[in-house]
Amino acid sequence: MTTYDVIFYLFALVTLLSAFFVVTNRNIVHSAFYLLFTFFGVAGIYVMLGADFVAVVQLIVYVGGILILLLFGVMLTNKITNVDIKSGTIHALPASIVLGLFAGALAAAVLNTNWKVVASPETSSSTASLGNVLINEYALIFELLGIVLLIALIGAASMARR
Amino acid sequence: MIHAGLTHFLIISVALFSLGIYGVITRKNAVMVLMGIELILNSANINFIAFARFGNFGLQGQIFALFIIVLAAAEAAIALAIVLNIYKNLSNINVDEMDSLKD
Repeated sequence: MTTYDVIFYLFALVTLLSAFFVVTNRNIVHSAFYLLFTFFGVAGIYVMLGADFVAVVQLIVYVGGILILLLFGVMLTNKITNVDIKSGTIHALPASIVLGLFAGALAAAVLNTNWKVVASPETSSSTASLGNVLINEYALIFELLGIVLLIALIGAASMARR
Repeated sequence: MIHAGLTHFLIISVALFSLGIYGVITRKNAVMVLMGIELILNSANINFIAFARFGNFGLQGQIFALFIIVLAAAEAAIALAIVLNIYKNLSNINVDEMDSLKD
């Protein structure tokens, strides 16, 4: 068991445990804060996979952007003064049974498949090559995604102000 | 505990995906449903990057993960604007009570 494995299991534990608390906690604000740890754990898993730039983007966009947006959503749509910030669950038992079977089937499929793993080349910083690929091969998709993001944010702002 | 390989990452992704689906279908609050969707998108991202790392596909997996993150940001913004409008009209955001289109 190498250091890599220890760090991997640590990140996996953080991610799955906090994700479990996200979906089971009754308090929405607590769920949002557990989601923070989930995002950190997923960023760590990206680093374990040699995707350093994606990990940093994950931290900036998810933790710095989407999580704050979700917290604002929680605070704008709950009566803070009445401490009515709880949220119930419906059909928890049948959902957990069905999803347990579903996850078991998926895990069995993953474990029983003979994956063809290619020995990957040395892992170095991927930022420079990622930038090159993004601006050469994927330039059109890159620009289109910029336009999509702009339109989505303008639409969201105008929809929320109405 | 054996050396962490492709299957380990895929199993983590499976667990995260199932937890996300569980959040989407059991929670009443619309913001909680959004959090479940974020979990699902994260598990898809782990899959993309794991296959890019262990399948020798170069950088395509990471590029796709970046695209998914961008679309997740747009989705969260739009969805929260919709949730705010629903709250303004119905004064709650429980997804099982949004049935004014029924009958």
